[in-house]
Amino acid sequence: MRKLLLASAASVIAGTAAAEDVPIGVILGFTGPIESLTPHMAQSAELAMEEMNESGNFLDGHTLVPVRADSTCIDSAAATAAAERLITDDGIVAIMGADCSGVTGAVLSNVAVPNGVPMVSPSATSPALSTAEDNGLFFRTAPSDARQGGVIADILMDRGIEEVAVTYTNNDYGKGLADSFQASYEEMGGEVTLSAPHEDGKADYSAEVGALASAGGEVLAVFGYSDQGGKGIIRSALDTGAFDRFVMGDGMYGDELLADLGQFMEGSFGAVPWSQGEGTEAFTALTEEAGVNGESSFTRESYDAAALIGMAMMAGGEATPEAVAANLMDVANAPGEEILPGELGRALEILAEGGEVDYVGASNVELIGPGEAAGTYREYDVTDGDYETVQFR
Amino acid sequence: MDFLNALVALSNFVIVPAVAYGSQLALGALGVTLIYGILRFSNFAHGDTMAFGTMGVILATWWLQGLGVSLGPLPTALLALPAGIAICAALVLATDRVVYRFYRAQRVKPVILVIVSMGVMFVYNGLTRFVIGPGDQSFGDGSRFVISALDFRAMTGLQEGLAIRTSQAITLVTAIVVVAILFWFLNRTRTGKSMRAYSDNEDLALLSGINPERVVLVTWLIVAALATVAGTLYGLDKSFKPFTYFQLLLPIFASAIVGGLGSPVGAIAGGFIIAFSEVTITYAWKKVLGHLLPESLEPDGLVQLLAVDYKFAVSFVILVVVLLIRPTGLFRGKAV
Repeated sequence: MRKLLLASAASVIAGTAAAEDVPIGVILGFTGPIESLTPHMAQSAELAMEEMNESGNFLDGHTLVPVRADSTCIDSAAATAAAERLITDDGIVAIMGADCSGVTGAVLSNVAVPNGVPMVSPSATSPALSTAEDNGLFFRTAPSDARQGGVIADILMDRGIEEVAVTYTNNDYGKGLADSFQASYEEMGGEVTLSAPHEDGKADYSAEVGALASAGGEVLAVFGYSDQGGKGIIRSALDTGAFDRFVMGDGMYGDELLADLGQFMEGSFGAVPWSQGEGTEAFTALTEEAGVNGESSFTRESYDAAALIGMAMMAGGEATPEAVAANLMDVANAPGEEILPGELGRALEILAEGGEVDYVGASNVELIGPGEAAGTYREYDVTDGDYETVQFR
Repeated sequence: MDFLNALVALSNFVIVPAVAYGSQLALGALGVTLIYGILRFSNFAHGDTMAFGTMGVILATWWLQGLGVSLGPLPTALLALPAGIAICAALVLATDRVVYRFYRAQRVKPVILVIVSMGVMFVYNGLTRFVIGPGDQSFGDGSRFVISALDFRAMTGLQEGLAIRTSQAITLVTAIVVVAILFWFLNRTRTGKSMRAYSDNEDLALLSGINPERVVLVTWLIVAALATVAGTLYGLDKSFKPFTYFQLLLPIFASAIVGGLGSPVGAIAGGFIIAFSEVTITYAWKKVLGHLLPESLEPDGLVQLLAVDYKFAVSFVILVVVLLIRPTGLFRGKAV
């Protein structure tokens, strides 16, 4: 902070565009239910910023400086306070975050909109955020769950499964996904025998599984988190023999889940936002070199969110919130030269010369509607305790 | 035959899980209640003490597994328990020396100690994450089931399955053994009696020559052992994740208060009451009734008293009712 003050003071005195630090808020749940995912997400975002800094092409040698803050994933008051502090104390220009849908909505309406600071969330997927009052300040590199619900309903119908029990994690994400799934599934003629929420991080899920088992269904749809209640539910359902096949939402995708329970979940399946192709490969190579775990959930989206913020500033020619909000959609979508991870330096160069870029990034970014990713989903089967791709939807 | 199916379904989804969960809560609540009875404050750090102790057990288990030691069908973690208890005891004794003794010497009000214990909770919280990380750790080995649902169906030819996990059986057996030892210790040994005396009337106990520091030391040792055992059983039965242990604090306190804070018997009863109420009141009876009733009467709905959303509300309603009618808890503990 002091450095920033000194730097800005110096630039005022000199009256020229001296190189400054540009603080970017990285607001993720470093404590709380998804604390095992967030370090990798933050590192991926910081990797993108580092890449732009090292290229030396970013706005006359300005430096993007990540400033981390804890969203807690569940405590809206704490997340709001953290975001408020970043704006008043650190003077952040844009926010890479937040992560969980509930806190993201809270930070958006209480902090981002009143202060005019744009947000790019890598992982908030609640359908409600599509229609939130955002003054054009909210973007996300993750697709809305309204689409995911439809995709999962399609998968079930294609497999001829017409009766399922549903359990979802009791928050904006789980509820949004379960509702959008149920609506699409019933429209297609499927029957949901029971849609029961579960709380994350709780001691025991026998009650939930007991109710779900009584309600019955060919498979159990689990819209939770793979390292949280979702795993507890599956473990309990398997142990009691209530269900042996599961259909899983994106939050349930995790290697640890299969390492622990994969051998008992044979024949289960699910969908997860996925990206394939050059961009993904480039990202994998990049993260391996940097020693970051790029295979963890939402790391690609995090990298892309940070990259988009930097490029939008470059396109606007200034490190201001306005430049990010105005140019983010332009750099993300066609027309322009396609940009993969690792090519951010070149993108900055093109933008500096007044050219256009179409950022592909690690997750094939294509922003639609109110600034959210369209999303490609990978349908997978659990076979021999491992994920096996069926197709992309 | 149908009656049998109903009974098996009920055991599988209600009785077996609730007994195992109840035993885990009871062991946790015993630790809370001992501290309340003898040191006179509600120890909010108990959940994280459990996490820390379990972490010690996990590290020792990994080391043993690395050496190739195994207990056959039983989890290796049982062998590692003493190591975990020792690590946990070292931590709580150090905490007592550095933190609690200072406040005890000043004879501060219990509410201040409660806040202090919250501070300790956050330190333990961070310590556990610092050493083992925030993620899920699996350390169970040995055979997973005493009898699995599939085997049971094949064996009996019944439509419903009954699963009993090794961890559930171990939980129950260990809980009984630990509780028996604890009661023998409290009621039959000189040290145990001096602890009870200190709990009943501190001044009188001091006058009769009981060394308070010794009572405190022994209490912490017992609490460390109980916390580690409860945490390890819970981790074996479900999974180890520091955040979950932090969340366990709520049902544990509910158990201790319902039973009567300061009363060991109450803590055990409270644990089972909370566990059974969470599972039974929200249970959907459709399956059981479907087996019991003739086809024409079979229910279409779920026959559920309350949706599972209200699972936690149930424990708290019980808590509130108990506090209103018997503020000292079911087994006449101390008033809160």
